[in-house]
Amino acid sequence: MGELLRAAWAIAAKDVLLEFRSRTAFVSALVFTALVLAIFNFARDPTAVSAVDLAPGILWITFTFAAMLGLNRAFGLERENRALDGLLLSPASRTAIYLGKVLANLVFVGSVEAIALPLFALFFNVPILPVLGPLVLVIALATVGFVAVGTLMSSMAVNTRLAELMLPVLLLPFLVPPVTAAVQMTARLFAGRPFSEVSAWLRLLVGYDIVFVAACILFFESTIEE
Amino acid sequence: MTPIEAFERARRRSAVWIGVGLLLMAAVYVRALVFTPVEAVQGLAQKIFYIHVPSAWVAFLAFGILGVTSAVYLFLKDPRVDLFAASTAEVAMVFTTAVLVTGPIWGKPIWGTWWTWDARLTLTLFLWFVVLGYLVLRTAVHEPGQRARYSAVLGILGALLVPFIHVSVYLFRTMHPMPVVLRPGKPTLPGAMLATLLFSFAVFTLFFVALLWHRYALARLADARARAEAERADA
Amino acid sequence: MPAPLGGARAALAVRGLERSFGHVRALRGIDFALEAGDSLAVFGPNGAGKTTLLRILAGLLRPHKGEVLLDGAPLERTDAAHRRRVGLIAHYSLLYDGLTAAENLAFYARLYGLRDREALVTRALENVGLADRAGDAVGTFSRGMVQRMAIARALLHEPRIVLLDEPFSGLDQRAAATLRDLLMRLRAERRTMVLVTHNIDEGLELATHVAIQVAGRLAEFGPVAGDLAAYRARYAEATASRG
Repeated sequence: MGELLRAAWAIAAKDVLLEFRSRTAFVSALVFTALVLAIFNFARDPTAVSAVDLAPGILWITFTFAAMLGLNRAFGLERENRALDGLLLSPASRTAIYLGKVLANLVFVGSVEAIALPLFALFFNVPILPVLGPLVLVIALATVGFVAVGTLMSSMAVNTRLAELMLPVLLLPFLVPPVTAAVQMTARLFAGRPFSEVSAWLRLLVGYDIVFVAACILFFESTIEE
Repeated sequence: MTPIEAFERARRRSAVWIGVGLLLMAAVYVRALVFTPVEAVQGLAQKIFYIHVPSAWVAFLAFGILGVTSAVYLFLKDPRVDLFAASTAEVAMVFTTAVLVTGPIWGKPIWGTWWTWDARLTLTLFLWFVVLGYLVLRTAVHEPGQRARYSAVLGILGALLVPFIHVSVYLFRTMHPMPVVLRPGKPTLPGAMLATLLFSFAVFTLFFVALLWHRYALARLADARARAEAERADA
Repeated sequence: MPAPLGGARAALAVRGLERSFGHVRALRGIDFALEAGDSLAVFGPNGAGKTTLLRILAGLLRPHKGEVLLDGAPLERTDAAHRRRVGLIAHYSLLYDGLTAAENLAFYARLYGLRDREALVTRALENVGLADRAGDAVGTFSRGMVQRMAIARALLHEPRIVLLDEPFSGLDQRAAATLRDLLMRLRAERRTMVLVTHNIDEGLELATHVAIQVAGRLAEFGPVAGDLAAYRARYAEATASRG
């Protein structure tokens, strides 16, 4: 178990270091976030639709699309010089490779979310500080869900010709449960509703995370071994 | 009989059954339109129900079979299982599309709008996306072993997804009450309508089996021809 | 011609290997055995299945039939201990262009759970003459330097079995000479080696055993007997009869 975590950590650290050096995907994600903010600000009629109603949906669209910009990177960077063979040759278990990639993706998406969230609070004037704790929990749970599935999907998509198109096509239906739950819970939190009201959604989200993280760990080997 | 001859025969026979199925479907139409009473509230539009509901049943059945055969493939690694799964996916696509087309056709005269986020239709919509992803993935991967593995993983994950989407849609609707829609498939259908519905169920299931059998035969045929070709090139 | 299968504890033994991709049969039954310290050169035209064979030996590919035995024990893909015994040097480097030479090796050292990483990395770079470029990104290296890095990476965990896939491809005279010296050194260290190439001139002097692979089978396998000219002739004959 210790070896598994060590190998996963090594792989994640390597990925984060590489992304930090090149920064291309990260910058794209931030630019995308800024664009979304600006466009929606000018696209809505402030008197007709309140910011609080619109913000949760826009927030999660931003998070998921920014995530997709980064997800293909994880296995994309293993294609140059066939570095993936290097990982497969090593004693690192396939589960360690998967967890390492998921971890690196979580760091990527988490960083984008950490920057996007305060910006949203600012521009949409939504009160996030009073609900910061539960909000971060919701964001974390939903992100783990779609990053876990997205990492698995990208391990397949990256080997196809139109990888950037294939990933969204494969991933979209799998985003419905976690993102719907996240949007609903975020909306309730922004509206200042008590957290107990969303317990059903929370159960759905946790159930999704457990089932799909386990399934992805189980099936990752089939996508990577020949 | 060589394998190719056997699959050719299967193809012809299943084609016959497809023809039978189509004839029976026409019979369903006739019975539904002429011999079944018109529903009081919805009027003529309700007739689509006899196509829509059995299509949904078959679509979900096909999807379930896809999930199971995907798991079987990962276990056995038998390429024939992969061909069967792929055939099931294509047939599932046909019936899922039928549900998504007949639903709005039924809905427009009754609800006044082509689409509402009705629970069952929404679930079917996302099922459609999963099957679409499955078929697109298969066209994008060329090496047969890799294609089979990828498809199987997607098939299993898709099957696992269904209950979660169902719960998501259900929770969404209970928190956002929608206009009450007439529930299809209520057990208290008057006799003649129930009979037509059951008849339609039987016909659709038969049609599904014939289509699947035919598609699988075609897949095995293509595969056998490819193998024969490869062996000829070898020699 | 089937080879006598070495002793029960041959360093590397291969029995009845078969592997297909769809309907294309890449390997149709490969058998051979090597003792510790043997160097096998596998010659064959493109499409003979040499890379497939090597990838199976490396544990990257699963055979559909047959088995690979290291010291008598079957190579299970999932067995980490076996993977420590094998190193691969190919014409692609398995390195990250965005990381420095030292960072690349340190990463692999971590992955293999090796101790004293810093000292190990320094020594490895010195061995291939790249110690002064430790802090430079591998993406800036020339082809010859990348090949030397690939060797450093492959040997980091002291594998007893070294696999080489067209290692000389794309190298200029000087780099090829450096590579040859390094491989001679490996031979002197009594590591078991398998080198696959389509170029007879490169592999023969390093080999103790020679195999000619054509269309998924070994047309011949045995200890080196004869000179370059003789093998060129036999190679031409083997590939012509299949062509």
